Amino acid sequence: MLRLEKRPNPSKFWQYGTPVVAVALTMIVGGILFAFMGKNPVEVIRTIFWDPIFGEFAFYLRGQLLVKAGPLILIAIGLSLGFRAGIWNIGAEGQYIMGAICGAAVGLAVYPTESRLIFPAMVIAGALGGWAWAMIPAILKTRFNTNEILVSLMLVYVAQTILAKASTGFLKNPEGMGFPGSRNFSSFPAAANPELIAGTGIHWGVIAAFLVAIVGWVILSRHIIGFQIKLSGQAPRAARFHGVNPSRLVVLCMGVSGGLAGLAGLFEVTGPAGQISIDFNVGYGFTAIIVAFLGRLNPIGIVFAGILMALTYVGGEMAATNLGLPAAAIQVFQGMLLFFLLGVDVLTNFRIRTAILGVK
Amino acid sequence: MLRRTLMTTAAAGLGLAILGGSAALAQDKTKACFVYVGTIGDGGWTQAHHTAVMKAQEHFGDAVEFQWQESVPEGADSERVMTQMALGGCNIIFTTSFGYMDPTNAIAAKFPNVKFEHATGFKREHPNVGIYNARFYEGRAIEGLIAGRMTQTNKIGYIASFPIPEVIMGINSYFLNAKKVNPDVELSVVWAYTWFDPGKEADAAKALMDAGVDVIAAHTDSTAALAEISKAGGKVIGFGQASDMAEYKPSPRVTSIIDDWSPYYIRQIQAVIDGNWTSEDTWDGIAQGTVGIGEFTGLPDEVTKEAEALRDAIAAGSYHPFTGPINKQDGSAWLAEGQTAPDGDLLGMNFFVEGITGEIPQ
Repeated sequence: MLRLEKRPNPSKFWQYGTPVVAVALTMIVGGILFAFMGKNPVEVIRTIFWDPIFGEFAFYLRGQLLVKAGPLILIAIGLSLGFRAGIWNIGAEGQYIMGAICGAAVGLAVYPTESRLIFPAMVIAGALGGWAWAMIPAILKTRFNTNEILVSLMLVYVAQTILAKASTGFLKNPEGMGFPGSRNFSSFPAAANPELIAGTGIHWGVIAAFLVAIVGWVILSRHIIGFQIKLSGQAPRAARFHGVNPSRLVVLCMGVSGGLAGLAGLFEVTGPAGQISIDFNVGYGFTAIIVAFLGRLNPIGIVFAGILMALTYVGGEMAATNLGLPAAAIQVFQGMLLFFLLGVDVLTNFRIRTAILGVK
Repeated sequence: MLRRTLMTTAAAGLGLAILGGSAALAQDKTKACFVYVGTIGDGGWTQAHHTAVMKAQEHFGDAVEFQWQESVPEGADSERVMTQMALGGCNIIFTTSFGYMDPTNAIAAKFPNVKFEHATGFKREHPNVGIYNARFYEGRAIEGLIAGRMTQTNKIGYIASFPIPEVIMGINSYFLNAKKVNPDVELSVVWAYTWFDPGKEADAAKALMDAGVDVIAAHTDSTAALAEISKAGGKVIGFGQASDMAEYKPSPRVTSIIDDWSPYYIRQIQAVIDGNWTSEDTWDGIAQGTVGIGEFTGLPDEVTKEAEALRDAIAAGSYHPFTGPINKQDGSAWLAEGQTAPDGDLLGMNFFVEGITGEIPQ
């Protein structure tokens, strides 16, 4: 019989080994699932993990991986700071939407300006929009001790309603014949966030994601704030003795994660998405939670996790189109990844012992 | 418009175009591809498209290869899916939701040899983009007639998705044709702000019934509203939307608007095979079979006869659901006596007609 025994210290090996084992298990069990659906499992797995990077159309899809990974990384790094301190911002999706709306509104208000200053102004507005939306649960928590998980999550639905209002009302394209959706930023060069180097998929949001990863790593490993964040998460009492102000930390972590989510939204709406529309948000804010944990809440790990997650999306689509897999099968596959990650994660803090029945 | 994007991606775009072209040439079989916004089993909009695709597949047999992708979010993700399809050798790509409008045009610019067909939008920025839609308001007129005849409380309801011309047009047609047979009728509209959300759709139906409404039309895609109506014990009726929703026959579902895209899909794919596809703006209705009217069930004979006569009159072109005199909600004149609505007015419709009390959310 198997039983779990707590390790005296978290295992260094499993800390890094978990994601690798989880991916391998996902491939195996996913492959079995695909085989039951009558598909060749090797072909499906190859289409998802290999073809986007090395296949026939890799020249296009490699860039698309970055387009997809950019916002995930940007949001996940912000979230990881709070998660380490035990502050659970679940509403990044709402902050992402509000950042996009605020940033786009600033740009659309001065349409069709050609001033070079407009894009930086929109970036600031986008970050502020996400920050302000995150401040609602942060201040409610510090003032009235409400639960930030619940409040931030509920605010996602409020943000979605505002998004619907924006695309059918105050940001609607005046030349759109009454149809919902704002002007398209691809026809508004001063405010657009185009692909910077043709074919690479790199836009300002991808660059921002990599910069934030580096800054995040420096803060966590070298800066006093990073130390306070880690301390608060691991030993809240010790943190208080150390002089960490919990309220300040909540406001800081929520603010940073909201601001980064807002930035991601702004870069997305001005670049890949192109316009404010009713269905502008596609779940980056929620998927980023998975990415943050897959990357072990470590900024560099999150970069790799973001790209891996993007791979399952891009490759998953290829598998769906070319091999006729239903979209739900791909979602199950992505769900397995998180499931195995959390499952295998037990091995970081516990070890498996075999015990003979009846013997203690 | 797209010039800047085009220039920044000129090299890649050209590379893609050449590759897309050669991939298409290398194939002997025509390949038709479909981008779906929902799942093929949603019971409504996407299922109707997929049923048509299955019919087209039956029609063409081995001559045409079909591919599709479900649940594609509108926006950047749809651009990638379309690009993958074009790279994969699709000759014609149908994008079956309004939100794919800008992405379809953006990708069409990069693949001049691939034909694109966008449903329910209005932008044709390139010679390889066609648009198509159906005159669903014709079906709404028949639902309106039935609502006007069948209501006991003189209160009829409409579950609306988003305040866009397509939906507003349907509401107006429903109301005008109900009022024609029952001048006392009052219309309540609930805005669900979703195309597919069974929970919200059921809530909307419940809210309408609580307000005394006894005939409910829905512009949302699931069967949830009918499921909720069927709990009212036969006092309330509704309609199938996009698919026949025959499981709610004979009542509460008394008829349905069935989207049948198969005649159009077969025609356009044939045009690609024959090499004479051209960019068109197609808006077919009951006459062409794109808007199907489901079997009338659970209605008194005289109402069924009247509804059938209206359906046939619309198909024959002898009756237009928007025939003047019609005033706008604010009392200003829209259509003069005997005048029928120009297509342009309908496609950009952003006002309720006189007699509707609610307001369009702005």
